[in-house]
Amino acid sequence: MSGWDWSSDGWIVLAGVLSACSCALVGNFLVLRKMSLMGDAISHAVLPGLAIAFIVSGSRASMEMFVGAVLAGTLTAVLSQAVIKYGGVERGAAMGVVFSVLFALGLILIRQAADHVDLDPGCVLYGNIVQIPLDAIGGEVPPAIVNLAIVFGVNVAFVGVFYKELRISTFDPQLSTTLGIPASLMHYLLMILVSMTTVANFESVGSILVIAMLIVPGVAAHLLTDRLSTMIIVSLVIASASAVLGHVAAAFGPRWIGIDADTNTSAMMAVVAGLFLLTAVLASPQHGVIGKAFHRIQLSLTITREDILGLLHRWREMSAGDSRPMHRDEILAAVGDSTVSRWALRSLVRRRELVPAVSDASTRSPAYLLTPDGIASASVLVRSHRLWESYLAKHFAIPLDHLHMSAERWEHFITPQLREELSQDLIAPDVDPHGKEIPPEHGGPGR
Amino acid sequence: MIAMRGIPWALVAMLIPFSNAMAQSQPGTHRSITDTAVHWPGWDQVSQALLLRDYNTRVVVIGATLLGLAAGVIGTFAYLRKRALMGDALSHATLPGIALVFLILGAKNMPLLLLGAAVSGILGVLAVIGLRTIPRIKEDAAIGIVLSVFFGLGMVLFGLVQQLKTGNEAGIQSFIYGKAAAMLHRDAWLIGGVAVAVVAACTLFYKDFRILCFDEEFAGSQGCPVVVMDLAMMALVVLTTVVGLQAVGLILVVSLLIIPPAAARFWTDDLGIMTLVAGASGAASAWFGATLSAVMPRLPTGAIIVLCAGVMFFVSMMAAPRRGVIAGIWRGWSLSRRIGLQHVLRAFAEHEERYAEGVGITMQQLLAARSWSPVSLQRSLQRAIRRGEVTRGGDGGFRLTSAGRVEAARILRNHRLWELYLIRHADIAPSHVDRDADDVEHVLSEPIVRELERALDEAVAIPPSPHAEGGGV
Repeated sequence: MSGWDWSSDGWIVLAGVLSACSCALVGNFLVLRKMSLMGDAISHAVLPGLAIAFIVSGSRASMEMFVGAVLAGTLTAVLSQAVIKYGGVERGAAMGVVFSVLFALGLILIRQAADHVDLDPGCVLYGNIVQIPLDAIGGEVPPAIVNLAIVFGVNVAFVGVFYKELRISTFDPQLSTTLGIPASLMHYLLMILVSMTTVANFESVGSILVIAMLIVPGVAAHLLTDRLSTMIIVSLVIASASAVLGHVAAAFGPRWIGIDADTNTSAMMAVVAGLFLLTAVLASPQHGVIGKAFHRIQLSLTITREDILGLLHRWREMSAGDSRPMHRDEILAAVGDSTVSRWALRSLVRRRELVPAVSDASTRSPAYLLTPDGIASASVLVRSHRLWESYLAKHFAIPLDHLHMSAERWEHFITPQLREELSQDLIAPDVDPHGKEIPPEHGGPGR
Repeated sequence: MIAMRGIPWALVAMLIPFSNAMAQSQPGTHRSITDTAVHWPGWDQVSQALLLRDYNTRVVVIGATLLGLAAGVIGTFAYLRKRALMGDALSHATLPGIALVFLILGAKNMPLLLLGAAVSGILGVLAVIGLRTIPRIKEDAAIGIVLSVFFGLGMVLFGLVQQLKTGNEAGIQSFIYGKAAAMLHRDAWLIGGVAVAVVAACTLFYKDFRILCFDEEFAGSQGCPVVVMDLAMMALVVLTTVVGLQAVGLILVVSLLIIPPAAARFWTDDLGIMTLVAGASGAASAWFGATLSAVMPRLPTGAIIVLCAGVMFFVSMMAAPRRGVIAGIWRGWSLSRRIGLQHVLRAFAEHEERYAEGVGITMQQLLAARSWSPVSLQRSLQRAIRRGEVTRGGDGGFRLTSAGRVEAARILRNHRLWELYLIRHADIAPSHVDRDADDVEHVLSEPIVRELERALDEAVAIPPSPHAEGGGV
């Protein structure tokens, strides 16, 4: 394959997109119903159905094969349920037992069938998507594409018609039953659809990679959005992009890294989908690893900043209004020397809540003073701290020396409204249980 | 306690026959068992395979059997720790490592291949663990993702190997589907070594693994190094999976870890016995599968082994004495038979209570006593007659025998006691207690009846019916 050729690559990409989208569409519901493994189980277990139909009908791409595989897939769902219910076997293990036995059976049957009909067991696993355009004789649409289009159409119709029912029975099966939507009927309809989709995708992506197409786009989309309709659309976009980029990477990727070969398109589709998922895992605004880490760092920065302000406020109190600067070393020693605390110190200076004081000759490190802004923020924080201590002391039998820990933790999360309520509850106290002054809400450096 | 101490020794003992056979194995006549021309084996071949006379067969059969044993033993702990399908992700995730080693070396170097498989398998497990920590990704989704994406990556690399025509495509295929026949003497030794290591480790850490399986937090509080033990268990699973790849293939190797323990679980509640049974049934199905595929080389070994294990699972699920499906059906059936009988006797007791002791009751009257079908009434009545609790009078009426009267009184009394208890202590209206008492009367044990008597101050007599006069029950 040297360049892009629409008459072959076009068909391959179209097949990839159709198969990825039809899988992703039903896969969303598998993911949301926490039944991802059912896709795994079904995709393994349609094999004996295919093989039996194959032996009976003696040909590929026949209706019998399709029916046989759909039956086998549905049988897996029923059998797993039976092993769980009557055998009391744990869910995952039950599926493991059922699908591996069925897969083994299918493998043996296929070995036998391969004597009579041309069928490569390897194709079962990773499909044979590049073969599809070869069937396009004289500009006709290849039959595999027609099949995939039909399955995609059926899936779209199913999700479109039963959207409400699917949504309710997915998120709240009990509610759906009380509303007259039989949740178990929806379950088995979905299972039938998954089997059908899996079978139709056997030829193009194979049994293992169909799992990737069922689960991965849905999971990635679920990380990016909270709305079902958006999730479906996002998953379809991811699926299509995986198909297109997968084929491009498989056909041309190896050459970019200097290997003169091309590789398996459907496998590459799975890898690209995996990369999309990885991106979502890292970069999802709400659930992503990076976003979470960023939030955590921000929070600890805020907390350390406030701790420093509180520290300097108390320092000021101790020196009885005489504004003596505090050394950097002392501040860092008090709040714990770390990268975050250094950042916090720097950002306080940037925010003009601290100013570097004119240091005398004997100092080893720069010293800092609170600015009027800094004093205002610090006294709000100290007010929160001491109000909370007073509240705990009034309502809970906590020893005096245990109040500080709790207040130290909660002072950062006490809103003005909560301060107001606390103050009212305590009838506007002047001092905390330790006898220290509670600064007023507004009005800078106390009385 | 003694039985428990014996278990490790029993495990070790299971290894002895193999070590003997291995030690004796000498390169004999090289009959190729990959010969595809053979279809139905003659008796010679069967006996040869069964008696392990042929050198190659001996290697394959012993290797596979040891693998089944090791997988059954370590699989038991993984199964109880609900890690069964983690092995699935692990085994599929070995493919990229294998393909990469093939791609780089361009030749078959077994130690490096297995190392590559182990490394990428472990990466797969770590990926599952990492993905699982994200709240939106459930464990099953994480397993599915890792399994399929890693497999995809492996296939991409495999595609390159195929294109580069290094002549090793077949080598990779044997890792996917398994090809026990390709097993060499040293592969069997490797599997044997792993089997010994697995059995030894499970023996050594038996106590720690046991509490880890049942109560992780308790294990921690008992000073068991939970993380280390967990890693050790996972490492043993990785080891078993990796050496098993060649024999059964990466798709089916996980079933050796899952199916024998799941089957063993039906037979026992004792972990030690379960480990033994799982090890033995894993070994048995592997032995049978390998032997069968030795005489019928066209059959894929891994698939046959898994099918054997599947049959064992099915038999266990059906026929196990206490947890089996048949036992369950039998229990349900005999319970409903007992309930039917007790209902008949109670109807007699109520009839006698209303009229007089010894008064016969006709079929019509019995039928009207409660809503039962004529067939089931007839069946229960026949049973009561057979047990000598009811006799059929000459007038067509039925009467209680004296033995039947004692039993009937007991049942009626249980019924009434429960009704009374519900009325007095659970504030349920008298018109609503009958249905409930109807269910409970059959399962009231002696101590509970004593307690009811105490609570209700009813020492001997049958309490009168709480229902309205003449309303019947």
